[in-house]
Amino acid sequence: MRWLAERFIIGLSLISTALLFLCVVVVTTSVFWRGLDAYNLQLIFGTVNPLDALLGRKPVFNGLLPALAGTALLVCCALAVATPVGLATGIYLAEYAPSRWRVVLSALFDILAGLPSIVIGLSGFAVTIYLHRLFPGRIGPCLLISALSLGFLVLPYIIRSTQLALESVEPAARLTAPALGATRWQTIRHVLLPASTSRILGGIILAIGRAAEDTAVIMLTGVVASAGLPRSLLEQFEALPFFIYYISSQYSTSDELEMGFAASFLLLLLCGFLFLLAFVFEKFLTRNFSTR
Amino acid sequence: MRKADSRQESILLAATIGSGTLVIGVFFLMLHLGWPLLVSGQFFSLLFQEWRPAEGIYGIYPMLVGSIAISLLALVISLPISLGAAFSATLLAPFWARSFLLLLVRYMAGIPTVVYGFVAVFFLVPFMREHVTGGSGFTILAAAIVLAILISPTMIIFFVNGLNSVSRSHRLAVDALGGRPTQKLLYLLIPQAWPSLAAGTIMGLGRAMGDTLISLMVAGNSIAVPETVTDSARTLTAHIALVIAADFSGMEFMSIFSCGIVLYIFTVLSVGVIRLSTGNKIE
Repeated sequence: MRWLAERFIIGLSLISTALLFLCVVVVTTSVFWRGLDAYNLQLIFGTVNPLDALLGRKPVFNGLLPALAGTALLVCCALAVATPVGLATGIYLAEYAPSRWRVVLSALFDILAGLPSIVIGLSGFAVTIYLHRLFPGRIGPCLLISALSLGFLVLPYIIRSTQLALESVEPAARLTAPALGATRWQTIRHVLLPASTSRILGGIILAIGRAAEDTAVIMLTGVVASAGLPRSLLEQFEALPFFIYYISSQYSTSDELEMGFAASFLLLLLCGFLFLLAFVFEKFLTRNFSTR
Repeated sequence: MRKADSRQESILLAATIGSGTLVIGVFFLMLHLGWPLLVSGQFFSLLFQEWRPAEGIYGIYPMLVGSIAISLLALVISLPISLGAAFSATLLAPFWARSFLLLLVRYMAGIPTVVYGFVAVFFLVPFMREHVTGGSGFTILAAAIVLAILISPTMIIFFVNGLNSVSRSHRLAVDALGGRPTQKLLYLLIPQAWPSLAAGTIMGLGRAMGDTLISLMVAGNSIAVPETVTDSARTLTAHIALVIAADFSGMEFMSIFSCGIVLYIFTVLSVGVIRLSTGNKIE
């Protein structure tokens, strides 16, 4: 009987590992193969001359440039908001917060991390409604609102990685600076933060990946299928994940479908790379004072 | 402590209070916007009514059933696979393969949801239509299969962390007694790490409940109450996305905030259970 259980466990592990591997290979290669004919400059710039498109002289209608630019701008804005706030909160939780408050607050940020992204999008949408009532005609769903909502979505990733990184600094390194007369902030600034840079960076990279792939938030806060290059933070915009979603239901020609697959592959490459990079930062580049 | 030092502390405190308030604020925002409907229709009857906008009934029962059915089915499919993969990655696979497997899992976690959805729409759904379920192919089963793949990395990472955190001296003791890896797993690691195994499962369920794109793209979005796994269904999350896309005002619009409230409460409950079962901390 026990022998059977052991056999079963081994079988289960083998089969499920193989299944997972198969899934990854199937998803990656199928996306790659079906978009094979679309990987060229035309995919990004459409029928417009690349130089004209980049300088904004001619609008791109049948290329990915507007979506790529929208996603890039979106991620930059979201991270510009989330990084300072997340860092500050993470530092406060790890170094200053009284232990009771630390428990309450980290529970709160766990909830934020677990909230479905559509709920965050919904609250971003709700804020837009209020703003619209305050400034009629001027503020509707737009890039700024999307970026703020996305920043809120990725905030817990940055908070948690900062907090964990600071808390895992060796006690010896943590105590030396105060023993030499450094203040709390000096210790954080000159010892703890430098010691945990790579883990914090890992968290930020993870946040970039999450912000780039999320579709539900931007769907409710201002992404549209055709807006051209982003001109202003207060206008609607295009984004890569939404383009993929849109193609999946609204494609009319096989060329468009191929473009959808190619766009999927681009996004897959980008996010897969970012997640692996975050893993490398977190696991292998962590400076460890104890082993020196 | 110097004066400059307390200034930094207050800046950090302000950021913390600000972000903490926002988290609670989201709940009250939805409560406020959905309030008229909550008062008139009473929250609980809303949960058990069907969705018939033409008759002025905005119940979210079908979506509730859809959400629960899809995420539970996804969990049932994903749990054995994730457990098996976690066992491989901690113990059973050859040493070199373990880090490769973990890398693979991280990469899987990075595959965008919308890409899974896209692949499913053009490969899995036609396959289901022709060989398994018939009909349109957009079914609970198809969505649950994709969701199962989507949530497995989350669960595997959690399981691996839990299994690896079992004390080293205990593990060495099993080795010293001549225990095989499977025996170590069955009689030491699983009994010791079961709270984090349970927590990881709930985490996976939470991810499945909270996902929008897969059910929106693959589950078919029918508003009827689903009866079998080969029926089409609509989830709470997809409902929010669909109603906003269609309509901007009126009671129909307000009702989506009740979906938001249900999802919020579900998240709070699952986070509570996870924190209780693992002591205090997630990851």
